Amino acid sequence: MLLRQWAAVSVYQKLWSADMRLCEKNAAELSAMLREKKCSAAEILADAKQKISETEPAVNAFITVDENAENAAESVDKAIADGAALSPLAGIPVAVKDNISTKGLLTTCGSHMLDNYVPPYDAEVITRLRNAGAVILGKTNMDEFAMGSASDTSVYGAVRNPINSAFSAGGSSGGSAAAVRSCEAVLALGSDTGGSVRQPAAFCGIVGFKPTYGTVSRYGLVAFASSLEQIGSMGRTVEDAAMLHSVISGYDSKDAVSAKNYCFENLCGTADMNGIRVGIPVELLGENISDDVKNAVNSADELMERHGARISRISIPTLKYAVNSYYIISSAEASSNLARFDGVRFGHRAENCRTLAEMYEKSRSEGFGAEVRRRIMLGTFVLSEGAFDEYYKRAVLAAKSLSFGLSEVMNDCDVLLMPVYPTASLRLDEKVSPVQRYAADLCTVPANLSGMPAVSLPYGKNADGMPLAVQLMGAKFSDSRLLAIASAFEKIAGGEI
Amino acid sequence: MGEWETVIGLEIHAELNTKTKIYCGCKNEFGAAPNTNVCPVCMGLPGALPVMNRKVTEYAVKMGHALNCVINPVSSQARKNYFYPDLPKAYQISQGEFPICGKGHLDILVDGKVRRIGINRIHTEEDAGKLIHDGAYSGSLVDLNRCGVPLIEIVTEPDLRSSHEAWIFLTMIKSILRYIDISDCKMQEGSIRCDVNVSVRKSGQPLGTRCEMKNINSFSGAVRAIEFEADRQIRLLENGCTVVQETRRWDDMNGKSTVMRTKENAQDYRYFPEPDMGATVLEERYIAEIGAQVPELPNKKQIRYVNEYGMSETDAYTLVLDCDKSAFFDACCAVGICTPKEAAKWVIGDISRYTNDTGISVIDTKLTPQSLAELVKYVENNTVSVSGAKKVFDILISEGGVTAEIIRKLGVEQNSDADFIEKLVGKIIQTNEKSVADYRNGKDKALGFLVGQAMKMSQGRANPALVREAVQRRLAE
Repeated sequence: MLLRQWAAVSVYQKLWSADMRLCEKNAAELSAMLREKKCSAAEILADAKQKISETEPAVNAFITVDENAENAAESVDKAIADGAALSPLAGIPVAVKDNISTKGLLTTCGSHMLDNYVPPYDAEVITRLRNAGAVILGKTNMDEFAMGSASDTSVYGAVRNPINSAFSAGGSSGGSAAAVRSCEAVLALGSDTGGSVRQPAAFCGIVGFKPTYGTVSRYGLVAFASSLEQIGSMGRTVEDAAMLHSVISGYDSKDAVSAKNYCFENLCGTADMNGIRVGIPVELLGENISDDVKNAVNSADELMERHGARISRISIPTLKYAVNSYYIISSAEASSNLARFDGVRFGHRAENCRTLAEMYEKSRSEGFGAEVRRRIMLGTFVLSEGAFDEYYKRAVLAAKSLSFGLSEVMNDCDVLLMPVYPTASLRLDEKVSPVQRYAADLCTVPANLSGMPAVSLPYGKNADGMPLAVQLMGAKFSDSRLLAIASAFEKIAGGEI
Repeated sequence: MGEWETVIGLEIHAELNTKTKIYCGCKNEFGAAPNTNVCPVCMGLPGALPVMNRKVTEYAVKMGHALNCVINPVSSQARKNYFYPDLPKAYQISQGEFPICGKGHLDILVDGKVRRIGINRIHTEEDAGKLIHDGAYSGSLVDLNRCGVPLIEIVTEPDLRSSHEAWIFLTMIKSILRYIDISDCKMQEGSIRCDVNVSVRKSGQPLGTRCEMKNINSFSGAVRAIEFEADRQIRLLENGCTVVQETRRWDDMNGKSTVMRTKENAQDYRYFPEPDMGATVLEERYIAEIGAQVPELPNKKQIRYVNEYGMSETDAYTLVLDCDKSAFFDACCAVGICTPKEAAKWVIGDISRYTNDTGISVIDTKLTPQSLAELVKYVENNTVSVSGAKKVFDILISEGGVTAEIIRKLGVEQNSDADFIEKLVGKIIQTNEKSVADYRNGKDKALGFLVGQAMKMSQGRANPALVREAVQRRLAE
């Protein structure tokens, strides 16, 4: 009875603001509308699913759409009808990267290895989302096991940029970024091991936030490089990303490296740029950065200064070790983390094997794609006797000195301003060698190696009409403040996007 | 040239008897239906993460104290990578460079000498699952219940010099685990296992090339493996060959070992720091608190029993190995009314026989330290004969009661009355003329016969020492 009344109300609402569909609204707006009974969670979900069916053929952002998502929306509507207290995310459709375990829902990691794997448990972030009443829409496409930066190593085909399908959506959380950009989802979870939330966010023109290491539980995130990765929040505004982060973050006893006293306060809208100390690392504006991107950073620099920020150019020489350290450490951890995909208990198992060794070899060779195999071999090598000291140990030392260098400069800066990626989105058919791709992670990996929070913010467009972006990075555990500053920047940049 | 010397180092794995597993909340129990004590963590499902069980840390620290180890205030976990179907993550979480306990030692008594055996380290790690090769299936079955059962690994220095020493060391370690109650030590359930490193050399020479023996399922198996291996190496060297460093598989059924892998194809486990877990940091106060919980341990007890009570090394060894028995014995001595060495005979002999027959621990019987101490006292002051005391003991241990009352009830007090003895002996001398004559003709044996006859006539109640004395006196007349 009540539900029908709302439906009537929201039909009126739609007539009233016919120009914008529900799924195109921000989480903050939808949350207010639900409270004011201007729409129902079921309607929001129906509109998002409608959008998915319109968009997917061109974008390929989803691997699985949850057919039972309606249940979650229904219970939110019931809670509203009962007058129960609501979390800000209640009724908001959230897309989830396909390397985050969802009970009863396929979790493939974009890999043939796991194309039949259905987890028997929910990741901690999923539990928190469900408890908050968020509606899990489905699982998004990604680079296989999150290894890549164009979402083109997925066994389910590449994700295409919603702005122009000839272009890449970035990676590895390309499906999540594309889903949010195309309004298939209002919010999305990604994982960021070396930039995998921030770079696709930049390519798709949305906000992607990688929080401080240890603030979001990794329990249930299929591990790629344990010491580097965090689950990041993606939305069309800083406030939306902050809303998502505030629900999923906080101590979890199931993740042994979870930070005990972290408490995120959503301060979006409270800060302005006046007096903010901004450092710009000169090493990240070198010749390997495209003019488009350099111009975006320089323009952001001027804009911030105009609004009272105190800008300084700084130098962090150890940044030159970042990419090498990153690829050694992440591959080393990956070689061990991905060893469990051996065909014994779950995932792909090769047929007609005569020996155990043959079963291992064939299952893994068939199950993993080329990029994953490359990283496993690289990682196995750097951990092997003889190579360990030369590679792994030195990479860890270099990462430590980089972290130290970064934390030093944070004594004099509130945030660092830098590019997200050397270029805007690339054409999907552009041929790039693995080494070139690795080198391009220069601006994103420092946040992972140091555990510092960083956010990618859309800022303008290039000549191709593809989005440009800048990155702000804060000191460890300054996440609330970083997003408040990001939100202040978003406000002043509003007119220039 | 000198004698060959065997040099032995041990790696002992003991399963800890914590309620839950090492990195998850699953039950740590033996014998459950296959794959029932499992969860995403111990099944190694994608995304699952380990969290250290604090009890495991506590138990490892306790063992560290027991073996006089340096307890490291900061330790960390490491991954040991290898593929096997019983290891669902394809790596074992263990400890590498920074184990929880560092160097220590254990003093053991061997042939009258105290031998100090160095401990290299103790670290914590997880057990793997079990493969079941059942003929009914074409493949093998995997039971993951044992995955994540907590283990400590105790690594010794190469300080043991014979299979006998290794045996004593192993049994002492097992006993210590029971004393501090951190392991059930059930060999048949595989809760203690050991690998053995053996090399040989001429005394005074540097260490020889060692071979590691795996797949040893019992301490006696360890002894046999050491002896076989030392023998094999000595024979090689005496025939002008060299020992090759290798890992060998012990086959207890056939009493020999075979090559598993040589140094060239040794597995590279690619140890690296476990990124899913932070360092284990222990406060000084915590370390001291755990240390204070460690009781007097069997090796120390054994030395004390020998030195203070004059017990034989073997008796003391037998007594201390069983934690309950030695505690019972100590309590019995603490009553302060009997000679410890005499009490020990009862504990080693009659109590052991009873507990072995019934499978009941001494502390669960009706016998109390007080009642045994009294019984021993009555024997020592000749109130009860040894044979009478055994009857009393049988009742004390099975039914309980007050020693003095049972003695009275059974009527087993010894008669030391001079008149009674004189009359008894007089009668025996009279009725056994032939034996008396034999004795006087130099057949000493006749003395024992006469004493026996007197004891028989008194139905065992006469004080045998006084009877003997009286018989001797009469015969000398």
